[in-house]
Amino acid sequence: MHLTRDSKLRLATVGGLIALSNSAYGDYGLNLVEPASEITKSVFDLHMLTAKLAFYISVIITVLVVYILVKYRRSSGAEADMQMHKGKFGVFSWLLVPIIVLGIDLSIAGPGTATLHQVEKHVDAELTVKVTGSQWKWTYDYLDNGVRVVSNLQEHEPTEAGYLRSVDKLFVLPVDTNIRFLHTATDVLHAWWVPAIAIKKDSIPGYIHETSTRITKEGTYYGQCAENCGTGHAYMPIVVKVVSKDEFNDWVALKTVEANAAAAEASADKVWSKEDLMARGEELYVKNCAACHQVNGAGMPPVFPALKGSAIATGPVADHLDIVIKGKAGTAMAAWGGQLNDLEVAAIVTYERNAWGNDAGDLVQPADVKSAR
Amino acid sequence: MSDAITHEAHHHGPPTGAKRWLYSTNHKDIGTMYLIFALVMLFLGGAMAMVIRAELWMPGLQLVEPDFFNNLVTNHALIMVFAVVMPAGVGLANWMIPLMIGAPDMAMPRMNNMSFWLLPPAAILLVLSMIVPFFGGGQTVNTGWTLYPPLSVQSGMGMDFLIFTIHVLGVSSIMGSINIITTIVNMRAPGMTWMKMPIFVWSWFFTALLLIVIMPVFAGGVTMLLFDRHFGTSFFDAAGGGDPVLFQHIFWFFGHPEVYVLLLPSIGVLGMIIPTFARKPLFGYKSLVYGMAVLYGLGLIVWAHHQYTIGMSIETTTYFMIGTILISIPVGLMIFNFIFTLWKGSITFETPMLFSLAIILMFSFAGTTGVMLAVVPADLQYHDTYFVVAHFHYALIPGSLFGLYAAVFFWLPKWTGHMYNERLGKIFFWWTTIGFNLTFFPQHFSGLAGMPRRIVDYNMIFTEFNVMSSVGAFTFGLSHLLFLYIIIKTVKGGEKAADKPWDGASIGYSGLEWTVPSPPPFHTFEEAPQVK
Ligand code: HEC
Ligand SMILES: [Cu+2]
Repeated sequence: MHLTRDSKLRLATVGGLIALSNSAYGDYGLNLVEPASEITKSVFDLHMLTAKLAFYISVIITVLVVYILVKYRRSSGAEADMQMHKGKFGVFSWLLVPIIVLGIDLSIAGPGTATLHQVEKHVDAELTVKVTGSQWKWTYDYLDNGVRVVSNLQEHEPTEAGYLRSVDKLFVLPVDTNIRFLHTATDVLHAWWVPAIAIKKDSIPGYIHETSTRITKEGTYYGQCAENCGTGHAYMPIVVKVVSKDEFNDWVALKTVEANAAAAEASADKVWSKEDLMARGEELYVKNCAACHQVNGAGMPPVFPALKGSAIATGPVADHLDIVIKGKAGTAMAAWGGQLNDLEVAAIVTYERNAWGNDAGDLVQPADVKSAR
Repeated sequence: MSDAITHEAHHHGPPTGAKRWLYSTNHKDIGTMYLIFALVMLFLGGAMAMVIRAELWMPGLQLVEPDFFNNLVTNHALIMVFAVVMPAGVGLANWMIPLMIGAPDMAMPRMNNMSFWLLPPAAILLVLSMIVPFFGGGQTVNTGWTLYPPLSVQSGMGMDFLIFTIHVLGVSSIMGSINIITTIVNMRAPGMTWMKMPIFVWSWFFTALLLIVIMPVFAGGVTMLLFDRHFGTSFFDAAGGGDPVLFQHIFWFFGHPEVYVLLLPSIGVLGMIIPTFARKPLFGYKSLVYGMAVLYGLGLIVWAHHQYTIGMSIETTTYFMIGTILISIPVGLMIFNFIFTLWKGSITFETPMLFSLAIILMFSFAGTTGVMLAVVPADLQYHDTYFVVAHFHYALIPGSLFGLYAAVFFWLPKWTGHMYNERLGKIFFWWTTIGFNLTFFPQHFSGLAGMPRRIVDYNMIFTEFNVMSSVGAFTFGLSHLLFLYIIIKTVKGGEKAADKPWDGASIGYSGLEWTVPSPPPFHTFEEAPQVK
């Protein structure tokens, strides 16, 4: 009686495994995400090979054990063979296992090593992007043309398809191009992972790791941070938009124009009005700082201090500029000096000093930021 | 061997009251305390798992904040590893090793007392590590049990509590291991040669050797972390010339063999139970012993397969890949030997046997997903996803926890002198096995579909798998109330157990535990027995 139940349970498991070894489940996702690049295709094939082996080995073991349990159950009158372990089989069979298992191992290690060499082969890249993980956003620097994209979570309700899967700025890449990613991080470990188009390597502060890919299909691909990076780990999605080479070039041109305009604006010796600074500051604050300090400035004490009424945000400007530009080592407060230009820092700091009932009253101009750097 | 009983008459009985337990130097009492401690902590760690699964039941934040969620993830793992499986294993060793090899007690009874009594303070520190953040202790420990810097340097005071927890636990398990090794080497009864030793004793011999090698390394690693946090060193801080990856190497040099620390005692237990209920001598005793030795050696040199994504050179990666795949040889050998112990046996299906059979099937399945994970390029996809979570729960729940359950059912009659209720035992087995599979089997798929581990919230494409997992987890969790009930009922009373409650228990076997009465008197083997 136990046997029928035992085998039923096993059958359910086996059924699941069949599903695993069958790639036709598409969207429902019973298998690894469908590959859209050469390297992920090879990895996918390797995965199918090992998954099938795993499946067959599990089936063989299960069938063998169930057979033994049925055949040699005491209730059927089976009597134990007390001498078996002393016979030839008993004495020499230990050799069998290493031989069989070694055979299986080698049949996996071969393709495994081959694919590994493919993963680590970095042909001359036509496009290099530095991908930087920070708590909790991704920054993409296109090293060939100076374009930078900072990609933050876009808010949605849990019931919406875009929940934890959409970002404010897409990461745009060209199809059929040799792309090299350089992975690093500014604060803690992260891992940039978009299973359809590239394998992952950790983003580690102080390290730069290289991965390569050549994407074969246009489309939108999703992923997210895979290495635990603290409070917002679930909230750093990745959306990659893969377009034709022409479209990509247009996009780069557009971004360059935008960036130049912003830089010109920031470095012009213009004196900004309070309204302008506050308006820009609010927008930038919500985007960059509110994840920790909250939109209403109340923070999440004791971990993320409140800025509303804080000694720094209402005290001397110099201290305030200092912590924003240089950050605070060993805490989640990053150095923003490298990521924000003078105008942006000036706007945010002005905003923090005059919002939520903070009444420092003073304005911070881009020139002040420049001299504080 | 009724000597033991006659001796009992003119010897002192157990002391009474709290002193019996506080000052205890008796291996049976200390073993019992270890087991009770593990059982209590099992419910604590299990309750945390229930909160985790309740939060992951649906997309959206329902119960807990992201930081507290990952604090639960961290402490669930640390409790299950250090406060449940390891103490339970030591409890079994304490109870059974002296009885099996015919020793009157452990070699160093006072040290034995200290090893145990370090555990409650460690448990208190561990629980405090979760509580201090609510009283101004700074950021929670949201790192996961791997405690990777720099995140663990950002954590608040809770992290320091965890570091001290690990120190205290480390001292306890090193002392426990020294005791076990000394006992096995020096206290065997005349005639109990090495190659006659029960396989359970062998499994603990290797486990203890492993612990002595790895625990100091881990303790050193977390001490460096403590220095980075408070004394301005930069062992793991790239900005100060240190290396965040160094910690990962230290952690996994400990962490990988730790898997075998959890696993081996249960393999030993299977080596006792399967021959008993197949009524046939253990097949391949020698190759099992040598297999464990190989596992010991290989286990120490393959740690970096937990960190393929840190960007090692291709040669290093290949070495770790091949080494890891080779582990399938000793593990395959163990499974093979167990299956061929069943072959031509005369098999019955009591609860311990049911657990053992389920372990053979589910653990070998975990082995096959383990080989999938060992293959580097594929692991660069699986790493840090629920596929890994599913794999290691299949390895550790059948591989160690179910082994402990099997052991409890197998030896409860010996310990208490009462038979447990076989019907309830079987109900518990099916209930818990079905719950377990329902919990963790779907996680293979959510991982492949792209769900990373340690996330508090997810997109609705992962909902179905998570709902199944949560339903499974509550089923699994609930079954343990029955487990508790069975144990309490058996301790309190029940059908009297014979000295040898299982008819197949000593077939082709030299262990002495079945020669003493059930329950054994307070002192056993005061005169060394002779093993034939
Ligand atoms: C990842 C979380 C995080 C983000 C994002 C963040 N901060 Fe902070 N911030 C912190 C933490 C943590 C501290 C406390 C550091 C310490 O221990 O002194 C802090 C402190 C500060 C302080 C000093 C407050 C006080 O009274 O001590 C200011 C000002 C500040 N941050 C401004 C900003 C600005 C401006 C931004 C956006 C450009 C920002 N922060 C983004 C985490 C963050
Ligand atoms: Cu991250």
